[in-house]
Amino acid sequence: MAALGSPLRILRGLLRELRHANGRADRPYRNMPAYQHVVAAFRAHRVTSEKLCRAQQELHFQAATYLCLLRSVREYGALHQEYHGKGERSPEEVAGLVGFRLPQQPGGKG
Amino acid sequence: PADAGSGPVGPGGGRAYAPPAERKRFYQNVSISQGEGGFEINLDHRKLKTPQGKLFTVPSEALAIAVATEWDSQKDTIKFYTMHLTTLCNTALDNPTQRNKMQLICAAVKFLETDTVCYRVEEPAALAELQRNEWDPVVAWAEKRYNVAIGSSTSFLGPNIPASTKETFVSHLASYNMWALQGIEYVITQLKSLILSMGLIDRHITVEKAVLLSRLEEEYQIQRWGSVEWAHEYDLCELRARTAAGTLFVHLCSESSTVKHKLLQD
Repeated sequence: MAALGSPLRILRGLLRELRHANGRADRPYRNMPAYQHVVAAFRAHRVTSEKLCRAQQELHFQAATYLCLLRSVREYGALHQEYHGKGERSPEEVAGLVGFRLPQQPGGKG
Repeated sequence: PADAGSGPVGPGGGRAYAPPAERKRFYQNVSISQGEGGFEINLDHRKLKTPQGKLFTVPSEALAIAVATEWDSQKDTIKFYTMHLTTLCNTALDNPTQRNKMQLICAAVKFLETDTVCYRVEEPAALAELQRNEWDPVVAWAEKRYNVAIGSSTSFLGPNIPASTKETFVSHLASYNMWALQGIEYVITQLKSLILSMGLIDRHITVEKAVLLSRLEEEYQIQRWGSVEWAHEYDLCELRARTAAGTLFVHLCSESSTVKHKLLQD
């Protein structure tokens, strides 16, 4: 399937995404179980560009799908953080948007 | 026991089957182990449980690793709404809507009556043509692959799907186990199309292509009017993530080499 992309590119993409996905600073991403599983699977099936066997095609498609999953989750998270993660502005900030300041009321609101 | 959040809450306490959206990461180490019922996820020394309190077990090692990776990739807070594989497994284990196999299959096949790729506009002409160019081939593929008649329609009633076509899909879907069916129904609900979902399951199209075809009208409008990142891109990424998760879930649950058949209730 031409639209899948070469196995090598998918593998590289997967390893890059796993590096981003590594939630632990104290552990190298090469020690992630997913990293080891992906590398082992590619090695075992030796996914090449030739249409050889069904197991290779399945692995190729699964790898491309998993890459899409990891990439989309990361991009979604970044968009969420950028646009939807910040909550509401405080009343002071809102007033400041149009150049106003909230009045000081020494005794509190009446 | 470590469950992902609150279990069923009940009257006055909010939704009965929904974990909190975020929570601080409370575990250092994520690992998988093999138990009697399948592969389990360990958060430090605690075994992961489903929202209903069942032990979280999955039939496929690859799936367990992918779920473990979701948990392991959470940084300061656990963002449950990004953990689609975990969610799918929870749904398969708890079956909160309490549907049996036939009910799931019927829900899936019913979508054919309002399948996105069969539901056409007459105007604008450019969009109608885009739909013909992009959707006709995948409808034709499904008709050939399953030896059925489907067609398309511009009527607001949608296409008229012959009973024999529905029967063919019902019997095809019946060959999948319960876990895979949960995944298939999930993908169909996301894409709003049985045909696109079968295209994915049969590896005829990629996730990116399926999502593009599902969102064809949005893409057409975006090309005309521009893309609004905080809405369009956001929705696109979410749909891709969910569709990719569902597709991967179906494939990993259908592999005979990694599946312990007795675990998958049919």
